[in-house]
Amino acid sequence: MSIILDETTPVIVQGVTGRIATFHTDDMAEYGTNVVGGVTPGKGGAKHCGVDVFDTVKQAVTATEATASIVFVPPPFAADAIMEAADAGIENCVCITEGIPVQDMIKVKRYLRRYQHAKRMCLIGPNCAGVISPGKAMLGIMPSHIYERGPVGIVSRSGTLGYEAASQLKAVGIGVSTSVGIGGDPINGSSFLDHLKRFENDDETEAVVMIGEIGGQQEAQAAIYAREHMHKPVVGYIAGLTAPKGRTMGHAGAIVSTVGESAAEKVQIMRECGVTIVKLPSDFGKIVPKVLRR
Amino acid sequence: MEIHEYQAKAILADYGVAIPDGGLAYSPEQAAYRASEIGGEQWVVKAQIHSGARGKAGGVKLCSHEREVAEAADELLGKRLVTAQTGERGKGVYRLYVEATVVGESELYLGFVLDRSAERVTIVASAAGGMDIEEIVASDPDSIVRINVEPAAGLQAFEAREIAFAVGLDASLVPQAVQLMTSCYRAILDLDATMLEINPLAVTADGRLLALDAKMIFDDNALFRHQDVSELRDKSQEDPRERTAVDRGLSYVGLDGDIGCIINGAGLAMATMDMIKHAGGEPANFLDIGGGASPERVLKAFRLVLSDDNVKAVLVNIFAGINRCDWVAEGVVQALRQLEVPVPVVVRLSGTNVEEGRRILKEADVPIIAAESLAEAGTKAVESAAGRTA
Repeated sequence: MSIILDETTPVIVQGVTGRIATFHTDDMAEYGTNVVGGVTPGKGGAKHCGVDVFDTVKQAVTATEATASIVFVPPPFAADAIMEAADAGIENCVCITEGIPVQDMIKVKRYLRRYQHAKRMCLIGPNCAGVISPGKAMLGIMPSHIYERGPVGIVSRSGTLGYEAASQLKAVGIGVSTSVGIGGDPINGSSFLDHLKRFENDDETEAVVMIGEIGGQQEAQAAIYAREHMHKPVVGYIAGLTAPKGRTMGHAGAIVSTVGESAAEKVQIMRECGVTIVKLPSDFGKIVPKVLRR
Repeated sequence: MEIHEYQAKAILADYGVAIPDGGLAYSPEQAAYRASEIGGEQWVVKAQIHSGARGKAGGVKLCSHEREVAEAADELLGKRLVTAQTGERGKGVYRLYVEATVVGESELYLGFVLDRSAERVTIVASAAGGMDIEEIVASDPDSIVRINVEPAAGLQAFEAREIAFAVGLDASLVPQAVQLMTSCYRAILDLDATMLEINPLAVTADGRLLALDAKMIFDDNALFRHQDVSELRDKSQEDPRERTAVDRGLSYVGLDGDIGCIINGAGLAMATMDMIKHAGGEPANFLDIGGGASPERVLKAFRLVLSDDNVKAVLVNIFAGINRCDWVAEGVVQALRQLEVPVPVVVRLSGTNVEEGRRILKEADVPIIAAESLAEAGTKAVESAAGRTA
């Protein structure tokens, strides 16, 4: 097992005919992802990257039975594309797009609640690197060669720090069950907590690496969940110890604006909850093997 | 994006929020003339800078003669005002707002902020207006009332009434308060604001609610659909280097250290700063060159980082996913050939096309210090900045 995605998961690409989407659709298919179709309104009936293009997500789902989608739609239209996926019955939707207005995301989150919990789409991102289950499939934009298949789950806000962790693990011979990027926006789809739950229930995952950053309260909520409900060890790192207060550090959501949002405060809460802290981003490869051996 | 007080007030007035009479001035003469237009016997001259806490910093002057208005304007214009929020450099005063003084019987705090956890707009109000919200939280936390607005239904009258009664408004003023809060909420939705603050909101003896100060922040990501809001940008209030960065599609935050950072990804950029600090150094900046960075963008990043005179070493740290190490390497080579780079450059490349990238750097034979890992990159950068390596 792995979470969210394996080689059988039928995937469609929203905005498939765009330049960046084209590149990554080919890349994902080459890696083994079961890409079954694409959606670009107005280009239905065409073939692109070797798959059929549809006008609407519903048409694509009806024709292909896709259960997952990845969104490469520009920011002004991305929220609409996400809601369209939810309405068409997509189960997991990754949104790569950076720069979606906050109010659009408020609307998206409210819209997703229209569906009963069991039928509610899980949104991953936006502004994220996506999901990879190494050796099986990739629904994202990561450099796939840095991932080895193995027992560690990774959930990270930042794409590049997720890469950093995976490559350090590979260097010491440890692989990854699934790596999930939840994205750097202030209002995002699924949280650290959502994916910790999935990793806890995944028989291939033995430990989880959680990579957070300044801003928001999601790391603290996840750490409390880990203490109360998890049997698998969690290793945590928070980026931004040196970040000044009140400044946005690249990610729209990476800003310390209130109590509990600084890296130091998050590290403390995580430590109190029994999360093994990686103090330096160069130490994933040192700490994770120790935790696995326990 | 931040705007000035006078701009926020103009927007709020358009939405039906009452504000005192006032006018904008760029010179002492204009300031005095504005005072005569407004009439009355007392005015405040307020420095228009993108910062709160202006009063304590001497940026708000009370005047009781037109001549005093001109003198206050003369003193403020062109000055750099240092407030508790601006940092040491302060912000330049190039515009003044002259306003009729209003004496409130009481002063309230009213704020609309984005609550990330609730994923909603939250209204925060307090009877202890005039202080900034951090001070209210510290000194009088029980006075604070909060309501989350359900985004699908919008702000309801009963919610606004609850706030109005909770901050102790007289029943006769409650309908006015409801209308004011509804107007503010509408402005936030219409204009994609992420923050709106009226502090203080004065309750006058003749039973009016007046916004004495106003602040609005807009969602940068939504500016594409608000031409009118975009035009309110005042570049004089931005750090010159950050302004240059924004205009070139780079994400940059100036800091006080001496190691210039060129990194891809916000998370890795923050983590690299943490590494530098741990190795005993101080980063000069945060810089994310973003995804799909061309050699030209890397060159621009070098120009920007080197424009900071404090920089004693540059650290390029790339973990390419959507990026390509070969493009970054070409950018580094171009920078070292075209620019005068008077400081050592440490380069760490990883990820997509890394072999190609390293080959380009090697064949170009440019003077770089190569690092393999993140740890090594941090240590070498700190050593270079301290002049410990050749």
